[in-house]
Amino acid sequence: MATPVLTAAAGPAPAASRRGRRRARRRESLAGLLFVSPAILMLVLFLLVPILMAFWVSLTKWTGQGSPFTPGVPFAGGSNYADLFVRNGLERTDFMTSVRNILYYVLLVVPLQTALALGLALVVNRRRMVGRTFFRTAFYFPSVTSSVAISIVFLFMFTGGGAINAVLSVFGIRGPAWFSDADGIVHLLLSRLGLHTPPAALTSHGLLGLSWWEWLSGPSVAMCAIIALVVWTTSGTFMLMFLAALQDIPAEVVESSMLDGASRRQRLRYVILPMLRPTMFLVLTLGLIGSWQVFDQIFVMSKGGPDKTTLSPAYVSYTTGFADQNFPAAAAMAFVLFAIIVLMTLAQRRLLRERRSS
Amino acid sequence: MSRHRRPLAGVAVLAGALLLAAGCGSGFNSGSPTSDQQSGPADLQIMIASSGDAETAAVKRAAASWATSSGNKATVIPAQNIDQQLGQAFAGSKPPDVFYLDAAKVADYASVGALWAYGSRLTDADDFYPTLRKAFTYQGTLYCAPKDFSTLGLEINTAMWSRAGLTDADIPTTWDQLRTVAQTLKNKGMLPLAVSPTHDRLDAFLAQAGGQIVNTSGKPVADTPQNLRGLQYVQGLLKDGLLAYSSSLDTGWGGEAFGKAKAVMTIEGNWIDGAMKSDYPNVQYRIAPLPAGPAGAATLEFTQCWGISAKSQHHTQALAFVDAMTAVPQQLAFAKAFGVIPSRQSAQATYVKDFPADKAFLAGAPHGVGPVNAPKVDSVLSDYDSQLTQLATTDPKSILQRLQSNLAAALGS
Repeated sequence: MATPVLTAAAGPAPAASRRGRRRARRRESLAGLLFVSPAILMLVLFLLVPILMAFWVSLTKWTGQGSPFTPGVPFAGGSNYADLFVRNGLERTDFMTSVRNILYYVLLVVPLQTALALGLALVVNRRRMVGRTFFRTAFYFPSVTSSVAISIVFLFMFTGGGAINAVLSVFGIRGPAWFSDADGIVHLLLSRLGLHTPPAALTSHGLLGLSWWEWLSGPSVAMCAIIALVVWTTSGTFMLMFLAALQDIPAEVVESSMLDGASRRQRLRYVILPMLRPTMFLVLTLGLIGSWQVFDQIFVMSKGGPDKTTLSPAYVSYTTGFADQNFPAAAAMAFVLFAIIVLMTLAQRRLLRERRSS
Repeated sequence: MSRHRRPLAGVAVLAGALLLAAGCGSGFNSGSPTSDQQSGPADLQIMIASSGDAETAAVKRAAASWATSSGNKATVIPAQNIDQQLGQAFAGSKPPDVFYLDAAKVADYASVGALWAYGSRLTDADDFYPTLRKAFTYQGTLYCAPKDFSTLGLEINTAMWSRAGLTDADIPTTWDQLRTVAQTLKNKGMLPLAVSPTHDRLDAFLAQAGGQIVNTSGKPVADTPQNLRGLQYVQGLLKDGLLAYSSSLDTGWGGEAFGKAKAVMTIEGNWIDGAMKSDYPNVQYRIAPLPAGPAGAATLEFTQCWGISAKSQHHTQALAFVDAMTAVPQQLAFAKAFGVIPSRQSAQATYVKDFPADKAFLAGAPHGVGPVNAPKVDSVLSDYDSQLTQLATTDPKSILQRLQSNLAAALGS
């Protein structure tokens, strides 16, 4: 809030000094550019250029022999992309199966990991809590451990005679053979409700190479085990972000709401959560991007099986490139994945923004 | 002000990036498929996919002794993931001179011109088993020298076998006998047979019924009555509880189910010896040839060759290296070091004398069937695998039809 006096003083300045100021600003911005140029150069060299090169590969029929930038490499236009959406074949079925799998995966992982992270952050943010540092470290620990090591531990826990099923059997539940069970949980629920044979309307029609019945399978039992693992490992990092944001909330705001007689639940709903919105956006966005790109857990634990129910787009892209030696198709899949992630992030940003204006 | 400048800066960065991309493009070696050959002492790069420390050490030792006696240098690079590392090396135009190449991958590499076809220049090429030569022949040309091989056999847990009152005379040699024996074992409360749920095991039954997946001229022939008969036999065993997939027994592969005595028999290759020795040393077992089907005896054969890259500048030296590695005494030394079967027929007599227990594996050599010899079928075969896991509840005919149409699409025929 500038006072009228101050604006008057800064108002009509002599032309010479204005020019001088402009020159100074230009020199300043030049210096600024100079300072960030190493970072920009690195980004361009190691991010932008490889991305553009990959995009070029996705437009060719390169065989993986020698450079893709020689005149002998046949140009394919958009045919690699068309194969993923239009041409009926294994490539489309595999890719669409992976998209279906990861849709369910994202649908479960993102809300669960955000809720868990927020819950943990609220717990360890309490002032009067015994062993606060210990719990903060303990909850963060899975995030700093190698995902490969954790995946292998989970493989042992989820074997048919493993720890998880032993615990379940205490409650009289016969656990499934987790990593060899390809049944989708929606299908399982329906058959529990008495629907054993799928309706013909769903099996005979479909979209992009999968029937509606296949689209609606839900995550397989094996995928659920992977979801549990990922939620557990990632929530630690997001807990830290929420924790930092919680500690940024001024104590006066919380105190004044207490004076106004807000209950604990009201405080959370109307004071704390609105102030966490930027962090919530960050966590949701990072979670969304990370979930769509899931690769190492799949690579270590299931290799896409059982019955392709844990294929992820990143893993399909990898096997298409290095097992089938079809690098152009693999690159095309990567760019479709990129487009999906951008669209999802934009949609999510719009959702959160609309709520802010209301 | 800065708002105005931003798009301009973006354009500048993009233009710079494009320039750089073009620059990098010319930075690649854009050499012709066969590069200029250099004579004289060479420094050979040899990439291997080692089964373990024993193999790495043995190959390094053999390469070093070849290098000193021939006046060259030889560097052995053990790969962690040879598919990926070879793919990167070929894309970067700097492939290793010599490398292990699996029979299932030969068509992939040969079809894009990555391999130097040196088969006709090999010393005594006819001495290699004919089935192995066939496995490395793509469109009529022998591309590389078979390194060694393994075949599938029927492993039998002898303690469980005799507990069920069975003797050596009961070892099955036909499908009918296998079924009878399996029923006997099941009646005694044992699981007769555990197999890994993959085409690398189950295709043996298809071959025994006279079927193939891709024929010698590279055409897909999956949907045939012979293949159907093979799959129906396996499905029958599955449905009657005479055969179970290793994955349903909470084990990673047939050998693990066998070692843990969850089943009396399994179908694996000679690599099972090493696994049994280290993981289940107390399990006594014997190995028999796979039972013959309606079309006679057949087994699956797994083999690798010494590939030489077309881009290598030291073809003569690389060929000399491969000749040295595939010579009979060297192959017998490898067999002793890490348990593989020599690929030359003239090594057979000595090998049988040294490893009498593996006679059954060697007996498979004359009717061994190599992996599907066609390019870009990896995803088709993994789709086939995922279908096979559902074999108990799926119509075999539809599995074969799906395989046929996927193969036809992949092979463009």
